[in-house]
Amino acid sequence: MKVLTAILISLTLISCGDKKEVTTSKPGSQINGAGATFPYPIYSKWFSEYGKVNKDAKINYQSIGSGGGVKQITEGTVDFGASDSPMSNEEIEKANTKNNNKIIHIPTVIGSVVLTYNIPGIDKNINLTPEAITGIYLGKIKKWNDPVIQKENPDLKLPDKEIIVTYRTDGSGTTYVFTDYLGKVSEEWKTKVGTAKDVKFPAGQGGKGNEGVTGLVKQLEYSVGYVELVYALQNNLKYANVKNSEGEFIAPTLESLTKAAEQTSAEIPDDLRQSITNAKGKGSYPISSYTYILIYENQKDAQKGKTMKSFFEWALTDGEKFAKDLGYAPLPETVIARAKQKVSGLKF
Amino acid sequence: MFIDSSESRDRFGFGFIFSSEWDPVKEEFGALPFIYGTILSSIIALIISLPVSIGVAVFLSEIVHKSVKTPVSFLIEILAAIPSIIYGFWGIYVLAPFMRTTVQPMLQSVFGFLPFFKGQMFGTGLLTASVILAIMITPIISSITRDILNAIPVSQREAAYALGATKWEAIKMALLNARSGILGGSVLGLGRAIGETMAVTMVIGNKAQIKASLFEPAYSMASVIANEFAEASGSMHISSLIEIGLILFGVTFVINSLARLLIYSVTRNAS
Repeated sequence: MKVLTAILISLTLISCGDKKEVTTSKPGSQINGAGATFPYPIYSKWFSEYGKVNKDAKINYQSIGSGGGVKQITEGTVDFGASDSPMSNEEIEKANTKNNNKIIHIPTVIGSVVLTYNIPGIDKNINLTPEAITGIYLGKIKKWNDPVIQKENPDLKLPDKEIIVTYRTDGSGTTYVFTDYLGKVSEEWKTKVGTAKDVKFPAGQGGKGNEGVTGLVKQLEYSVGYVELVYALQNNLKYANVKNSEGEFIAPTLESLTKAAEQTSAEIPDDLRQSITNAKGKGSYPISSYTYILIYENQKDAQKGKTMKSFFEWALTDGEKFAKDLGYAPLPETVIARAKQKVSGLKF
Repeated sequence: MFIDSSESRDRFGFGFIFSSEWDPVKEEFGALPFIYGTILSSIIALIISLPVSIGVAVFLSEIVHKSVKTPVSFLIEILAAIPSIIYGFWGIYVLAPFMRTTVQPMLQSVFGFLPFFKGQMFGTGLLTASVILAIMITPIISSITRDILNAIPVSQREAAYALGATKWEAIKMALLNARSGILGGSVLGLGRAIGETMAVTMVIGNKAQIKASLFEPAYSMASVIANEFAEASGSMHISSLIEIGLILFGVTFVINSLARLLIYSVTRNAS
């Protein structure tokens, strides 16, 4: 009995101590974030650069994946989450009711998905139409010299070889963006397969992560796969030009990504959740998306709220400059303005 | 695990084990391709690994001089310490191309009439995963076998020689006496193969399907959990993955029990 009371007393003491620490949190209390792996390099660059500007800010980010980011912010175990795809209405509903708060989306940079391939003897970027990509991934177009592909590449002699299809097998924002695009350009894809972080691919085999898919594509002759643009640039992979909604074949470059965002930014909804795949307008690459920070509007801890507000304001102003060097496309001006509005709406 | 998988157990019942549909978007889940991939890849791995392991063990304990024995056994044991992700990358960049250009065409030209060796050769797939697993479990089985062989009294060997047995006959007798230990080592290796995740997922092809051909991509239980759990969004999806974990637990349990039974019956016959 004595032991039990002693334990109880010490537990109460510990919990009192905890409370005290929270209420008197000093500037410099740790801010925790978790989520998408794709923007991790630029986020960590931001944290270290911002640390030079504001010495008290300590931000810790765990790149556990978009799904994990959404889960953690819903549970309220982190101060902000990050995701490559916007939260669905049900997810937002769940998070809002659970925390009696309002979740907001802040776009930070633009990422994109590129199709990479391994066709011996072909060094130029091949041209792919939406019909060709869906056909390949639905398993309907079986050979590289299929008329659907060949007719858009008149100056290339595509081989009479079977296409080996590869995909991301682990749940990922990359797959989400890719299937979101395929769902928009093909009714058949939408009904048969759908859009999600992992789907049941009708054809091909899976690799784990960008590095797994790249490994497969590099090893298997006549294969095709999809990876993030940053990854393709870093590893000097060949990638295809994709036909956009204007009928132009566009190479995935940082400029063509920002263009895609720019030309759809007029239609961006109030909550900034927008898919920019298959974007309208000249010069825009069609398979790209925003990556988001997820954060609650009402911050319970004023100190943390203040730090986060000034950090995100800094990130959207000065931080965007680091984007290009790291292979991310910066947001267009109009979207930066909208995102800043959201940040200034944080309450604490 | 039992509680957390209630959602998928309620919805799919026992059909979960027998369904080969796995579609996170439509929320249709079935575990059969994963069970198939796990068990088959592990068993093929064991079939490949067992003769090699025994050969290595015999070589080290019966044949070579001590000056060779120590460094070689050290090298083999160090194989067990390599992280499985390294095996995975080695598999995808070295083994898979080798399988595609050499091993698989050879198998197809000799055994091509069998359904197991038909179809397109990717290099990755069930067979490649089995080979990786075989390499990973060889140090385990061989070092246990070697220890067992070393434990056999010298007097027994001397008795065999005294009766005029050749070296091979003496080794055969030693192996016969060591069979329960060899079995035990195999079970340990099999357990490792069943639970192996990273190396397998890099080379198995990760496609939830059941095909007769060993060249085709497949999937394993541990791999699907590792790949999909972090990003699983729907509660049904999570619940199904947890149920796969439960089945994996069950499979390991059954295999271990069977092995115990086997060891028991072997040792009983011996005495």
